[in-house]
Amino acid sequence: MTAPLFLVFGLLLILSALMTILHRNPITSALFLVLSFCSLAGIYLLLRAEFLAMVQIIVYAGAIMVLFLFVIMYLNLKHDVETGVQIAVRRGVGWLLAITVGALVVALFQRQWAPGPVVGLTDATGNTEAIGKLLYSRYLFPFELTSIILLAAMIGVIVIGKGRQGGTIE
Amino acid sequence: MLEIWNDPTFQIGFWAVVKAGLILFIMLTLVSYLIYAERKICGHIQARTGPNRVGPLGLLQPAADVLKLFFKEEFIPAEANKVIFHLAPVLAVVPAIVVFAVIPWGPPPFLVADVNVGLLVFLAMSSIGVYAITLAGWSSNNKYALLGGLRSSAQMISYELAMGLSTIGVLLLAGSLSLVSIVEAQQKVWFVVFQPVAFVIFLITALAETNRAPFDLPEAEGELVAGFHTEYSSMKWALFFLGEYMNMLAICSIAVTLFLGGWLGPGPSYLGPLWFLAKLMVLIFVFIWIRWTYPRLRYDQLMNLGWKVLLPVSLANIVLTSIVIWWRTNG
Amino acid sequence: MSLPNDIPLAWALALSGLLFLIGVAGVLVRRNALIIFMAIELMLNAANLAFVAFARTLNSLDGQVFVFFVMTVAAAEVAVGLAIIVNLFRLRESVFVDEVNLLKE
Repeated sequence: MTAPLFLVFGLLLILSALMTILHRNPITSALFLVLSFCSLAGIYLLLRAEFLAMVQIIVYAGAIMVLFLFVIMYLNLKHDVETGVQIAVRRGVGWLLAITVGALVVALFQRQWAPGPVVGLTDATGNTEAIGKLLYSRYLFPFELTSIILLAAMIGVIVIGKGRQGGTIE
Repeated sequence: MLEIWNDPTFQIGFWAVVKAGLILFIMLTLVSYLIYAERKICGHIQARTGPNRVGPLGLLQPAADVLKLFFKEEFIPAEANKVIFHLAPVLAVVPAIVVFAVIPWGPPPFLVADVNVGLLVFLAMSSIGVYAITLAGWSSNNKYALLGGLRSSAQMISYELAMGLSTIGVLLLAGSLSLVSIVEAQQKVWFVVFQPVAFVIFLITALAETNRAPFDLPEAEGELVAGFHTEYSSMKWALFFLGEYMNMLAICSIAVTLFLGGWLGPGPSYLGPLWFLAKLMVLIFVFIWIRWTYPRLRYDQLMNLGWKVLLPVSLANIVLTSIVIWWRTNG
Repeated sequence: MSLPNDIPLAWALALSGLLFLIGVAGVLVRRNALIIFMAIELMLNAANLAFVAFARTLNSLDGQVFVFFVMTVAAAEVAVGLAIIVNLFRLRESVFVDEVNLLKE
């Protein structure tokens, strides 16, 4: 049951990622990226990472992409125009990509993957609670550090975004 | 053919789809009578009768409204981005409907799915709801619509924070993100008694999230023409309208689940859905009452309220709740 | 009830690798700084998918905690990067990376 769902979500993910990088209009690219994030969230659900799936939608699709959309609207970007050189570059990169993908797929499926430890499917504690326990015990220091990263990012954005009038410090 | 029926996964999926269809049908009927209720209550608050011509007591008014909207001519602005213009109303309705998949109407057979991160599903869907209005405003190629869209998305993003934080108090008390566990943790006392501040904050942010007065600046008739849905007519406008009321129903259902004890009430457990509906109707009445009582907030007042008042108060609520819980379990 | 682990590790890794390569192609081919940024986000998500797939196979939640941190850092990075792009646009009136060549020669 999960395998066909994985194929559907995977196909949706690949197609929307391709449309993201290939489409001319930046807004449509952004919307396809939102679609790819949502299908990735579906794949996380299939891989039993429910908390991450929802956080993916809340953070990536719901906040980061809204930021992208605001910037695209603010800059009022129109369709991209491509010169001849760029089309040639695109074709070259496309072939390179295809060969690399082929090599990757062959390498992955030819190898014998060890089955790994038997997955004990006891979900006595829910997914969120287990992640919370890890976050606050083993990964406490990185957790506090991420709060500092976010604070630095907030201050940085305000200073950069303000421009010349108020932002420079003498 | 019969073998697939015995597969337990298929059974779960099949009954989930049936229940989802049933809930969708009930919600659509509720929404159409919600529109009628709003106009009647608005009328009585304004010392007049409200619709009473179409059918007995005006009860067929929603049908008349839908028929009118169906037959209206549909305008699409010339320079509008066609695909996104058509997509935005759909994006307004779908997240609101998805929330109903995780809301428990009653003890276990009365819900579609008990996801163990149910509360986060609701927050995720309200994050996606921002796109509908932003895209609607932008794709209409109209400066009033764009302004309305941008104002509304800024408002929704700001109040989303306070809403999420106000639900954390409930999360601390219940110990789980699953909505069924949260309701079952309220068997003795409803959480509104333990978290009154969080309840008030949740209601205020719910008003802001659904763009209802006094936070309806984005659709301010008289100020921004019609805000982000200026260029929408006929069935697309009807979809936005539907989305707004569905959103209201979804958020009120979540408020009932988190704070007012969900399906809990005296009597046998199979009466659960009736209690749920009753509490839902009370909250919806409060929403409608607030709309026709308070004047609209100005944009800077709105932003001030969201960032400078609601956010610190909900943070203080979390800290206080954690201290009290720790003291009671360890003190 | 728990569903069995039907998704072989090889499939999830293949998907992650493919997504990463699409991101790389996006960075190499496109000239618009915002699209390049989106391709970088695709690469980050491909890494996240690999983390989650391994967390599932090895039955350890450390992978999921790492994804949590990657998402946080990606959010901070996007905010700062977009602020820089907006500033660049104010200066050069263009977001195409070909035209940002003031320091050349």
